[in-house]
Amino acid sequence: MNDALLRSLTPSVLGILVRRGADFAAAEDAVQDALVEAVRVWPADPPRDAKGWLVTVAWRRFLDQTRSDSARRRREDLVDEEPPPGPAPDVDDTLQLYFLCTHPSLTPSSAVALTLRAVGGLTTRQIAQAYLVPEATMAQRISRAKRTVSGVRFDQPGDVATVLRVLYLVFNEGYSGDVDLAAEAIRLTRQLAAAIDHPEVAGLLALMLLHHARRAGRTAPDGSLVPLAEQDRRRWDTASIAEGVGILQAALARDRLGEFQVQAAIAALHADAPTAEETDWVQIVEWYDELTRLTDSPVVRLNRAVAVGEADGPRAGLAALAALDDSLPRHTAVAAYLHERDGDLAAAARLYSEAAHKAPNLAERDYLTRQAARLNAGRGR
Amino acid sequence: MAKYLLLKHYRGAPAPVNNVPMDQWTPEEISAHVQYMGDFAARLEKTGEFVDGQALAPEGTFVRYDGEGRPPVTDGPFAETKDLIAGWMVIDVDSYERAVELAGELSAAPGAGGKPIHEWLELRPFLAASPTITECPHG
Repeated sequence: MNDALLRSLTPSVLGILVRRGADFAAAEDAVQDALVEAVRVWPADPPRDAKGWLVTVAWRRFLDQTRSDSARRRREDLVDEEPPPGPAPDVDDTLQLYFLCTHPSLTPSSAVALTLRAVGGLTTRQIAQAYLVPEATMAQRISRAKRTVSGVRFDQPGDVATVLRVLYLVFNEGYSGDVDLAAEAIRLTRQLAAAIDHPEVAGLLALMLLHHARRAGRTAPDGSLVPLAEQDRRRWDTASIAEGVGILQAALARDRLGEFQVQAAIAALHADAPTAEETDWVQIVEWYDELTRLTDSPVVRLNRAVAVGEADGPRAGLAALAALDDSLPRHTAVAAYLHERDGDLAAAARLYSEAAHKAPNLAERDYLTRQAARLNAGRGR
Repeated sequence: MAKYLLLKHYRGAPAPVNNVPMDQWTPEEISAHVQYMGDFAARLEKTGEFVDGQALAPEGTFVRYDGEGRPPVTDGPFAETKDLIAGWMVIDVDSYERAVELAGELSAAPGAGGKPIHEWLELRPFLAASPTITECPHG
C-alpha cells in the first residue's frame, strides 16, 4: 500500500467530484470512504488505474449518499446529465480545489486546515498534531470550513494571491508532531506550480526552497537559534538552493515582478554568499527598495534598515531605523544589533534585554537574552 | 493560529464592576454563571477555537528545593498573599483582536442579580516554538 500515492491522488479525485457538481462536503466524505476502501482492497487486488479506481468508487459512494438524501429527486436528475466516471485531466480540478480551500469567506486558520486536508490529503489527526490543538477542535474547524464553502460554485477562477498566502502560512508554521509543515507546503506549492503558470507561484516556490535549504544551519544541536552570520554554511542544502535559484531566474526573466519573487531574490543573495562577509548587501538593499515599492510594509522597511546597516555601516542603519515606528515587531532587536556594531555596548545590552522581553517565540527570546548576557558579562559586571 | 491563555483569578486582579462574592449569590445565579462558562466553551469547540480549559482549587502551595537530603519547603498558611488562579482556558484564534473579543465575552459572565460581573481576565499569548522563517535579521 502506497500512502504517498494515495495522498497525491486525493486532490485530483476530489476535484473531479466537485467539478461534476458534487457538494464539497459530500465529495470529501465520499473520497475518504474510497481511500479507506483502497487501503482494504488494493493489497490483494491492485488496480491498473489507481486514480480511475478511486474516482469510480468515490463517485459511487457520493451517489449512494445523495440518493438517500431528501433532495434525492433533484440530484438524481443532475447526476443523470453527467458523464460516466472515468479518468479525466486533473490539472484544472486540482487548481479549483486550491481556490475552494482558500476561499475568501474562510478565516486563515480554516483555510489552512482545509487545504492540508483536501489538497494535502493529511488526516485530521495529523493536522491537529501539527498545530498542537485537540483532534476534536481540528475536526470542528474543518467541518465548519467545509460547510462555509459548501454552497460555493466555481464558475470563475479564484485569486491566486490568496492561495499563495495560505501556502506561505503553512510553510511558516514550521514543524512539530509527525508532519513537517514546511515540507508539506513545498510539496503543495510544487503541485500548484505544475498546474498554473504564474511567476509569483514560481517565486513562492523558490522562496520556500531557499529558506528550507538553510534549515539545518538555523538551529544548533540544542535547538537554539543560530543567526545567519554565524551559520555553518556547509550544512545548507546546496541542491535545494540550486533548484530555488533556477526557478527564480526563470520567473524573473518573465518580467512580472511580485513580492514573493523579490523576497526569493533576497534569500538567493544570502544563499549565494560563500561567507557572511561576502554577502552582496548593496544589491539586497536594492531589492528591499523594490519590495517597499510593491508592498510598502513597515516590516519590510525594518528589514531594509538591517540591510542598510550592513551595506553602509551601523550609523546609516540607525538613521533608517529612526524613521520607523518603534512599536514594530523586532524594532528593538534591530536597534540592539546596530548599536552593538556601532560600539555602544551599554545601549546594546539594554536593548537586547528589552527585545527579549517582547520576543514572539522561545528560540528568539532565548537568543536575545543570551546576547544581552554576553554583553553584560563582557562589561565586567 | 495563535494560542492565548485566558486566566481567571480568585484575587489579585482589579475589582470587577459587579463585585459581589460568589457565596452571596443565589443558587440560580451561580447556575447561570456556570452555564454561561460551559456554553462559552462549547461554542468555541464548535468554531474550532477551543484547546483546553480547567478550573483550579482556590488553595495552592508554593514549594521550593531546600538542599540535598532535605524535604522541599512549602510556604505555609499564607495563601492570601498569593496571586491565585481560579482557572484557565486555552484558545487558538486567528488574531489578537479575536482573543480580546472572546476574553471580553467571557468577562461578561453573569453574577449577582444576573448582571455581568465585568471580571478582569488575564490574556497571555503563548510563546510559540521557532517558526520556519525568522523575518529578521535575515535568519
